[in-house]
Amino acid sequence: MTVVDFLMRSMVTIPAKAKLAAKIAPITALILVAAIARPAAKPAGSGINERYLSPLEMLLSPDGHRLYVVCQASDELRVVDIESGKVVTVVPLGRAPRGITLSPDGTQIYVTNSTDDTVSVIDAATLKVTRTLPTGFEPAGVVSDRTGETLYVANRLSGDISVIDVKTGQEMKRLLAGRGASYLALSPDGKFIYGTHIYPNPGAFRTPPNSEITVIDTGRQTVVERKPLHNVAGVFHVALSADGKLGVAAQLRPKNLIPLAHVEHGWVFGNSLTLFGEDVGGTVQVPIDELDRYYSLPWGVVITPDKSKIFLTTAASESVTVIDVPRLLSYVRARREPFVNDLSASANYVAARIPVGHNPRGVLLSKDATRLYVANRLDDNITVIDTKANRVVSTIDLGGPKTINPFRRGERLFFTANYAFQSQFGCSNCHLDATIDGLQWDLEPDGFGKDIVDNRSLEDLSGTEPFKWNGGNPDLPTECGPRTEKYFFRSQSYGDRELTDLVTFVYSLPYRPNRYRLANGELTPAQERGKAIFERTTYKNGKLIPQTNQCAYCHSGPKYTNQQQLDVGTGKPTDRSPLVDVPHLRNVVYSAPYLHDGSAQSLEEIWTVFNPKDTHGVSNDLTKDELNDLIEYLKTL
Amino acid sequence: MKMKPKILFATLAAVIAVSLATALATAQDMPLFRWENFTTADGLPDNHVFCVLVAGDRIWAGTENGLGRYENGAWRVLRPADGLAHQAVLSLALDKRTGDLWVGTMGGLSRVSADRIDNFTQLNSGLSNDIVYGVGVQGDFVWTATAAGASRLNTRTGEWALFNERNTPMYEIWTYGVSPAEDKVYYAVWGGGVLEYDVKTERWKDYNDPDGETELVLMKDQGLIHEVTTSVSYVDKILWVATYFGASRYDGRYWHNFLQKDSGLPSNFLNQIKGVDGNRAWFSTDKGLAYYDGTNWAVYRPALDTHKPEMQVRDAAGAVKKIAVQSAPAHNYILGVDFQGDDLWVATAKGLSHGIRQRGSTENASTESGSTESAQVVGARKSIQGESIKKK
Repeated sequence: MTVVDFLMRSMVTIPAKAKLAAKIAPITALILVAAIARPAAKPAGSGINERYLSPLEMLLSPDGHRLYVVCQASDELRVVDIESGKVVTVVPLGRAPRGITLSPDGTQIYVTNSTDDTVSVIDAATLKVTRTLPTGFEPAGVVSDRTGETLYVANRLSGDISVIDVKTGQEMKRLLAGRGASYLALSPDGKFIYGTHIYPNPGAFRTPPNSEITVIDTGRQTVVERKPLHNVAGVFHVALSADGKLGVAAQLRPKNLIPLAHVEHGWVFGNSLTLFGEDVGGTVQVPIDELDRYYSLPWGVVITPDKSKIFLTTAASESVTVIDVPRLLSYVRARREPFVNDLSASANYVAARIPVGHNPRGVLLSKDATRLYVANRLDDNITVIDTKANRVVSTIDLGGPKTINPFRRGERLFFTANYAFQSQFGCSNCHLDATIDGLQWDLEPDGFGKDIVDNRSLEDLSGTEPFKWNGGNPDLPTECGPRTEKYFFRSQSYGDRELTDLVTFVYSLPYRPNRYRLANGELTPAQERGKAIFERTTYKNGKLIPQTNQCAYCHSGPKYTNQQQLDVGTGKPTDRSPLVDVPHLRNVVYSAPYLHDGSAQSLEEIWTVFNPKDTHGVSNDLTKDELNDLIEYLKTL
Repeated sequence: MKMKPKILFATLAAVIAVSLATALATAQDMPLFRWENFTTADGLPDNHVFCVLVAGDRIWAGTENGLGRYENGAWRVLRPADGLAHQAVLSLALDKRTGDLWVGTMGGLSRVSADRIDNFTQLNSGLSNDIVYGVGVQGDFVWTATAAGASRLNTRTGEWALFNERNTPMYEIWTYGVSPAEDKVYYAVWGGGVLEYDVKTERWKDYNDPDGETELVLMKDQGLIHEVTTSVSYVDKILWVATYFGASRYDGRYWHNFLQKDSGLPSNFLNQIKGVDGNRAWFSTDKGLAYYDGTNWAVYRPALDTHKPEMQVRDAAGAVKKIAVQSAPAHNYILGVDFQGDDLWVATAKGLSHGIRQRGSTENASTESGSTESAQVVGARKSIQGESIKKK
């Protein structure tokens, strides 16, 4: 069967063309049937043999002649000759490369491999990988300090920043960063590194989310400041002006504490920027949306050297927003009170909106800043924009497959906001990079504060039906189709083929490598002890634990769910029903907080706080050591 | 080989002379301080100061009602309203690599990282107990001494390992202090002696009072002085131990015990011990702050009777003299000490004290009336932190 890995890369495991053809026929038939009948309820397969590129981030060679493009889905660095617009070299990398930077002397290129937990070191002259350095879990952004002696790597899953001695290749230490640490930028004077993170930091239940810009002093190699970003969850690229006086970070402001039914009132997401630095003093959040039109998922950002413009990709709106910096600063200084929720404000500083390709991510300016390069992740190409005229002048084809298969179509649907009312948001707003957002949402139109639900992981979903925390959606087409259209988007519905494509893509999202299992797949002694607790059928006194109260009864099967709805005593008075769909536990370690409403901040709290009567498994006869063992085991699933 | 009698005599005489001279010289060279005391009137969160930690120019004071940060002449206070796990702060440790501060409280463990506070409690994490008497950092591990055994957090993986009566020789689980180092981690177990964790072998070993759980000292210097340990300090491969019944020094082979009756300790009741190096240490007692330089002792406190500032020096021969001083720590009941270069910061029951080292001060200092000796500066000034000169 064809699978797509976690970072939306289609990969074929069928070696022979004949076998492939044999596979394609029934799958194609299935898709056709689905298109004319009803959306598929199960993974349809695709029959694809395309290996898409998915360009994500870019880097310019010191002489400005070459573009280094990180291709996330093909595990490559594609080197483009800018003058000819042709790919001249392809450098194989580790799995799912994500971030890129250059050594100060321009001789080394560093690329993070997010699935392998490594950095590839590439000789810029020979374009060969010369070394591979270890990092934390799921590395993303990477920068070198000014001396070239130290590399900083943001690790998304471990929420920290690796400090690596380039000479020895050893990771010297890890600095605490925000949850989902992802993007880094070095200040022009080299003294500070600014880091962002895509999930909000842990906070109290049902309180506004908070994030931070993590500031590292490169001299001391420690975090010296955390700029608070209130009401922000999802911070992406961060950039600094050439004079170092203006910083800008792209971000989402989710309004998850009030019912999503208020989409008509523009109360789901605010797409915005945080400005910081001497030019503004402190931090200032500014909206980029308009009163009746949203520019969703602000992602890549860059400031022109003369500080005249900010270019911002809006990944779910397939456009680049151009901001007039002098007008922006003038407006910010004039507005003394916070105005991030005033959507009329953007008219004062947004200079242009430039349509580009599907899911634009990384942005880069040419050496003379006359051209802007935009990586269209789901088009496998680069849009080139004239920065003076604010218009597209050309497109660089990176050489990806020309066929757009169901997976790719589904992926585009997943990452676009075009189906929602006023293009406010898409699937990927809540499922950032097809994961989670770490938030709890008031989804149903049943009043404020009722039926709060935690965002669930989309990893390896097949065999975990039904969906929704109350199990109300029997299959994924229902979940992604009527439910999403009616309650979320409220504007445009998916056609049958579109829904099949979307479902196909979502079902294809794989299980991420678990970092808590030993390399040989075995369990540590603590994990083994935890497994025994998970699978136990008797109390410590030998008495039989009722079947429905055994961990492994409800959390059974390959995905650790019996696919039923049960009352395990975790319901709240604000829930319509105490019945909860038994969630799967695959990679449960990555999806805090826990329980249906996200009220348990950690795995421990599931039992130490929310299981006083042993209704959610038997835990009250466990010692603290044993509970720790159980949790160590759960982290391996 | 036989030594000729004359040579032998001369050698012995020289050794004795040098020893005496050294003893006299060092007795006269005990550090003098000018004490500045901080109380709530100055911005300290509370006058009951349980612990103190120096982080460069920043001083952290753990008190009964909040964590105080003193920097650039001003105090800032962190309490539960600011995100701290609990207002009663019992212990502090600095991760020198990251700059993160670990705070042991009566309601869990807090990490203060560039003003961000994350809490680890027995409910939301694998921490064994919320009363965290001691905390220490060893590489990526954070070790805690709690009222229910020892916990170790792997900051890279989030894994908690618990050590208690089930997997160590810890027959009491009330751990009171921890001192981690690269090769060994030591725990003071209140009522259970000292536990040693060998980092390489991952094995535990216990050290107990050979006199058992009594207050008798039948076998002095044959083991730990007492089972009721309160603090450990492992420096230069020397273990210093504080108990409520005296102090001990252990070099891996031999024990040496210190009691009020035969040392310069002002009391056998010790709250904390902090080694400068293998020979020198500071002792926080209920009757003043004591310093031992390997030979001589000094005690700093308000006099027990008059409460006037007092400094006592005791030489190797046991002779005690009082040095006239103008200031003293805020109170006799000392709970902890930390070093800032040559200066000291001292946690007391009635405020935080800053001992400002006086350069060449003993030269002009006089003994109090009745004393037959005068204090003089002899030789170069030693660093109390052992950074500039280490006495071996």
